[in-house]
Amino acid sequence: MKHAATSLGALIVFAVLLAAVVAPLVAPHDPFVQDLNQRLVPPEWMDGGSAVHPFGTDQLGRDYLSRLLYGARISMMIGIFTVVTSGLIGITLGVFGGYFGGKIDEVVMFIITCRLSIPLILVALTVVALIGSSLLVVILTLGLLLWERFAVVSRTTTMQVRNLDYIAAAQAAGASRRHILLREVLPNILTPLVVVATLEMALAILLEAALSFLGLGVPPPLPSWGLMIAEGKDYMFFSPWVIMIPGIALFVLVLGINLLGDGLRDLLGAARPT
Amino acid sequence: MTCAVEVRDVRRVFRTHAGMLAPERVVRAVDGVSFALPAGHVLGIVGESGCGKSTLARMILGLLPISEGEILVDGRSLAAMDRRERARLIQPVFQDPFSSLNPRQRVRDIVALPLAAQGNISGRQQRDQVMEMLARVGISAEIADRLPAQLSGGQRQRVAIARALVLHPRIVVCDEPTSALDVSVQAQILNLLAELRRDLRLTYLFISHNLAVVEHIATEVAVMYLGRFVERAPVDELFRDPRHPYTRALLSSVLTPEPGNGIPDVGLGETYPDPANIPPGCRFHPRCPVALNRCRTQAPDNIVTHGRLTECLLAEGAQGTR
Repeated sequence: MKHAATSLGALIVFAVLLAAVVAPLVAPHDPFVQDLNQRLVPPEWMDGGSAVHPFGTDQLGRDYLSRLLYGARISMMIGIFTVVTSGLIGITLGVFGGYFGGKIDEVVMFIITCRLSIPLILVALTVVALIGSSLLVVILTLGLLLWERFAVVSRTTTMQVRNLDYIAAAQAAGASRRHILLREVLPNILTPLVVVATLEMALAILLEAALSFLGLGVPPPLPSWGLMIAEGKDYMFFSPWVIMIPGIALFVLVLGINLLGDGLRDLLGAARPT
Repeated sequence: MTCAVEVRDVRRVFRTHAGMLAPERVVRAVDGVSFALPAGHVLGIVGESGCGKSTLARMILGLLPISEGEILVDGRSLAAMDRRERARLIQPVFQDPFSSLNPRQRVRDIVALPLAAQGNISGRQQRDQVMEMLARVGISAEIADRLPAQLSGGQRQRVAIARALVLHPRIVVCDEPTSALDVSVQAQILNLLAELRRDLRLTYLFISHNLAVVEHIATEVAVMYLGRFVERAPVDELFRDPRHPYTRALLSSVLTPEPGNGIPDVGLGETYPDPANIPPGCRFHPRCPVALNRCRTQAPDNIVTHGRLTECLLAEGAQGTR
């Protein structure tokens, strides 16, 4: 049962990733081309739908399936690049604080506390007001803010690993600090960090959608799922699919990532010795 | 002749705060230890847990800074050596082979680490030396590609010994190398260590709480109590003629195989030594079965007679008569 859920999660994440990669090949239309004669066409399975636009069109007559496929690119890019950025920052801080301890650890803890007291939406608002919104700004804003869980988890796990004898043996063997941190400590704290990465990825994708919904995320006409919901909200009473389709896509992707993360935690946890 | 290891009045103090307003706790883990160990000898250090023997070992390995004093390895100050030079001279074997081997690395990479850290040994040479050393400690070639989790405790300890010896160091610090192993494996590992010492002309610092193990391998024994050596003597003399009451208590605490004897009463009472609160006078007097009044106030000096050290006021008068 547990295994099935993990497989389902992996399947969903893989499918969205695949859609993102091959979007230009499989999308039936250009996601940016407007056709004002074909506005708010319902999806194929509803009354008035046609096979030309399987998921219908939006309020500007753009093909919804194509926008959804291209939107997968935005979501996956946000998810992956945010996690890479925040992972680098958080793991570096956490490993340094946990390994060296003392004053360095106090500084790291102070930085983490500072980060936790920063309201994310307000920072995003300020950044957008100052430099305007673009995909890169969203990735950097989220990446520079979502590292605290990486830092906390890598700090505590590093503190546990630091006192084990193989670290002392590596020191006595004359290994450099770089070797000890990268080859002795890091591989042994990776398991919980993989789980954190999946959580953060789901969070980043949801936050991007929220920011885009508020007009602080990726700028139109980029087909972000959050932006699609925002643009469709005025038409939801008569054309509910305009928010249902991207909404369901978002829900399924985040669910898939979380299922995968849960499964990885159990799998990797069981494989660990002691 | 320079000694392999020379320790001069070494001290190590740990300061800990329980909280911001709590008073500072000062733990004197090692409180003035001096000894000189000639090359080729084996110094066994015995004492109960918390007496500072592992702290002393970590300082001699250069893993823990010294609060006071000086350690010379091969005639040179340990503090002045860089990590590569130190690694070529002195290597550790730790107690628990389940935590002393990185679970994410293969055996061949674990054993190659001291060679790789030197930075000037080619990959091919490293491989050859690793395989040679693994064969020497009795690990077959196909085990070299395994992870530590796939090995038994004895095999793991053999791998740890191979890692310690792959650089051909002069000195090996063994911190309870057999205490985590099954009894059936302990003797194998001890024999291996003894054999390697003969063949490679090694000097051992052998830390243990097990007197039988120390008797088997050491040439000299030091008994440690609350951060100090209270008695040091050649191994046969110490076992034949223990002079410090603590040593006598340790020797009488060895369990005998005769049934019905029960656990021996060693006369040390129920108190536990606390390195954060070292008693005045002789540090052993609260547990000493033969303490005199002056033991409460007067700290004994190191009394050295005929190459033996005894830190006891009673040994002063008793020397030569026992």
